[in-house]
Amino acid sequence: MSATDDSTGGSSESRLLEVEDLHVEFRTREATANVLNGVGYHVDAGETLAVLGESGSGKSVTAQTVMGILDTPPGFVTKGAIRYRGEELLSATEDRRRGLRGENMAMIFQDALSALNPVYTVGFQIAEQFRFRRGMSRKDAMAKAAEMLDLVKIPNAKQRVKEFPHQFSGGMRQRAMIAMSLALDPDLLIADEPTTALDVTVQAQIMDLLDELRRERGMGLILITHDLGVVAEVADRIAVMYAGRVVEESDAESLYKRPAHPYTEGLMESIPRLDQKGEQLASIKGLPPNLANIPEGCPFHPRCHRATDECRRKVPELLELRPGRYSACHFAEELISSE
Amino acid sequence: MSEPILQVRDLVKHFPVQQGIVFKKTIGHVRAVDGVSFDLNRGETLGIVGESGCGKSTLAQVLMRLEQPTSGRALFEGVDMFGKKSASQLRQLRRDMQIVLQDPYTSLNPRKTVGDIVGEPFEIHPEVAPKGDRQRRVQELLDTVGLNPEHVRRYPHQFSGGQRQRIGIARALALKPKVIVCDEPVSALDVSIQAQVMNLLGDLQSEFGLSYIFIAHDLGVVRHLSDRVGVMYLGKMVENGTEDQIYEHPQHPYTQALLSSVPVPDPSVRDRREAIRLTGDVPSPANPPSGCRFRTRCWKAQDICAEQEPELAVRRDGGRVDLELADGHPSACHFAERHEHVVS
Ligand SMILES: Nc1ncnc2c1ncn2[C@@H]1O[C@H](COP(=O)(O)OP(=O)(O)OP(=O)(O)O)[C@@H](O)[C@H]1O
Ligand SMILES: Nc1ncnc2c1ncn2[C@@H]1O[C@H](COP(=O)(O)OP(=O)(O)OP(=O)(O)O)[C@@H](O)[C@H]1O
Ligand code: SF4
Ligand code: SF4
Ligand SMILES: [Mg+2]
Ligand SMILES: [Mg+2]
Repeated sequence: MSATDDSTGGSSESRLLEVEDLHVEFRTREATANVLNGVGYHVDAGETLAVLGESGSGKSVTAQTVMGILDTPPGFVTKGAIRYRGEELLSATEDRRRGLRGENMAMIFQDALSALNPVYTVGFQIAEQFRFRRGMSRKDAMAKAAEMLDLVKIPNAKQRVKEFPHQFSGGMRQRAMIAMSLALDPDLLIADEPTTALDVTVQAQIMDLLDELRRERGMGLILITHDLGVVAEVADRIAVMYAGRVVEESDAESLYKRPAHPYTEGLMESIPRLDQKGEQLASIKGLPPNLANIPEGCPFHPRCHRATDECRRKVPELLELRPGRYSACHFAEELISSE
Repeated sequence: MSEPILQVRDLVKHFPVQQGIVFKKTIGHVRAVDGVSFDLNRGETLGIVGESGCGKSTLAQVLMRLEQPTSGRALFEGVDMFGKKSASQLRQLRRDMQIVLQDPYTSLNPRKTVGDIVGEPFEIHPEVAPKGDRQRRVQELLDTVGLNPEHVRRYPHQFSGGQRQRIGIARALALKPKVIVCDEPVSALDVSIQAQVMNLLGDLQSEFGLSYIFIAHDLGVVRHLSDRVGVMYLGKMVENGTEDQIYEHPQHPYTQALLSSVPVPDPSVRDRREAIRLTGDVPSPANPPSGCRFRTRCWKAQDICAEQEPELAVRRDGGRVDLELADGHPSACHFAERHEHVVS
């Protein structure tokens, strides 16, 4: 059973995206890395799903596979399903997938500078979509581009459309990226670490903007991040990834109140908090696994302070413990009902 | 309290902005650090926070004497760091202050073994560890920072990010320094690894009585490790106080906005926290605003803010300078006002 089972609300009309048991491996001459090992999550219209996890856990690769922009080779999907509004994507034609990109689902990245073309004006790059996908004239498309910049609160948008990416500050470039991704009015937006490269005062502005746009347009938002603070401020639901699997899924409030997986628990205790002066931080020992050689049994067991023999032998499945709360740990029930 | 180990006064570092390819002409200056003063107490950690480009790394570079200051003074145990010194004073100073840098990937020479990297300072200061003793000292240092002493012959790429940061720390410890300047030492690390390195820094401080200058843009990290905190904006220190004063009763509008922008990892306070949102971006340090440098983004700005630069001084609520004020702390705002509950 997986977290995408329909038993927990979310009617079929509102279910935007379902990822089920997704397996991806990267094949290189030296080794095969098992990067995704059965990822499952879903997003409904109008909600924010945060995908949380440390570097290398497979957050971006999952998103790339959903968007149909996985690097193949070396990356190969070996199993699983991705459904957009019920339509299976992994077997869809490349034409169909290209048609969905931008129009139905869009993605923004951490590094806006490298995603924007330095030799064209920002306006030109936004306008392109209106010209080629909507058949608008050059002039109308530019006017629409200015509207989009205005939508993402870039002051003086009519002037700014004529500027080049390097004339924009980091925060403005990220706004321009958001404008570009929303141009064709997609109903699913994947934001991959959209604020990691930005200063905290600018990060707060961008997160407010994304949240507002999601609400106004009823979009589904997948927010990929490793920042537990950002997640706490905007997520409706959270999927925690470790070594290419979702190890915990929950609504935001319950997860922070009582994590149902030792990895999540460890992450929570590792963050130095702004609102209290802590003593020693409880850190997670060791390192994330080598994906070419994932440990037997529970992949987290070498770092887990609760690990038993069972954990070393048997892979824990992602099971539903309470309505909407899933954990892949043999001791999840104990964790969730402690105290 | 004993005399501060380091006293910094009016420190300035300007970088020339040049134009022209053959005949370079200086057309202005980036005022990266523009009159910064603070004390570092023995055995304590001074955290330095502020947004990208505010001059934190430049401050670190000048204190490490990797960059010449444009003007200003710094006294290390009473000795003028930038003035004339005897050869032995210079050697001592080089031993006493060490630096740990952010990027564990580029700050270590990829062609040298870990043993060479950590032992390198002994080449320059052989008096600390005689040649026959070096291998043992290096292994001891690796053990101190939680690395396997048997890995001395490995190369940096064979270690993870957190482990490389430990190598950098071991190297900094080699000469038994009194002060370590840490410039974003955990910023590139994942939280679980970050916590390991922060705990290590804390343990080493109590074990060796180290004083740290700890630079970071993560305000949670800084609070966790610091006794005192200085907040920088565009080359200036705008507020400075104990960890409690800065986080619980910030006085400067910039500090308040900065703290309010940091997301708190607790969904249950989501709508209860006050959101102070700044508009616009940080102006260029080559051409900072007149008067108070924060005025272009400050919601409290008045005419006087453009005309008169507010000095960093202890102020009453409302902004009046009052050096006698009990439990006050310095801030640089004409209208400074304590603000409680910004963080929770
Ligand atoms: N093009 C590629 N070729 C080979 N390996 C890849 C490629 N892209 C990703 N990987 C590997 O897949 C694993 C998962 O990568 P992914 O980018 O999804 O991680 P992530 O969770 O997004 O991490 P981060 O927080 O660092 O962005 C990593 O081990 C990475 O090295
Ligand atoms: N060698 C240099 N020549 C010219 N300008 C410089 C030099 N070093 C730094 N600067 C400028 O000085 C200002 C302060 O830079 P600094 O690196 O000290 O900031 P910072 O606070 O460390 O920022 P970050 O958080 O991004 O590391 C910036 O505008 C920077 O571009
Ligand atoms: S299954 Fe065992 S090793 Fe894995 S997280 Fe649970 S307790 Fe730890
Ligand atoms: S001096 Fe004026 S502009 Fe500067 S922080 Fe205070 S109120 Fe704002
Ligand atoms: Mg990623
Ligand atoms: Mg810096």
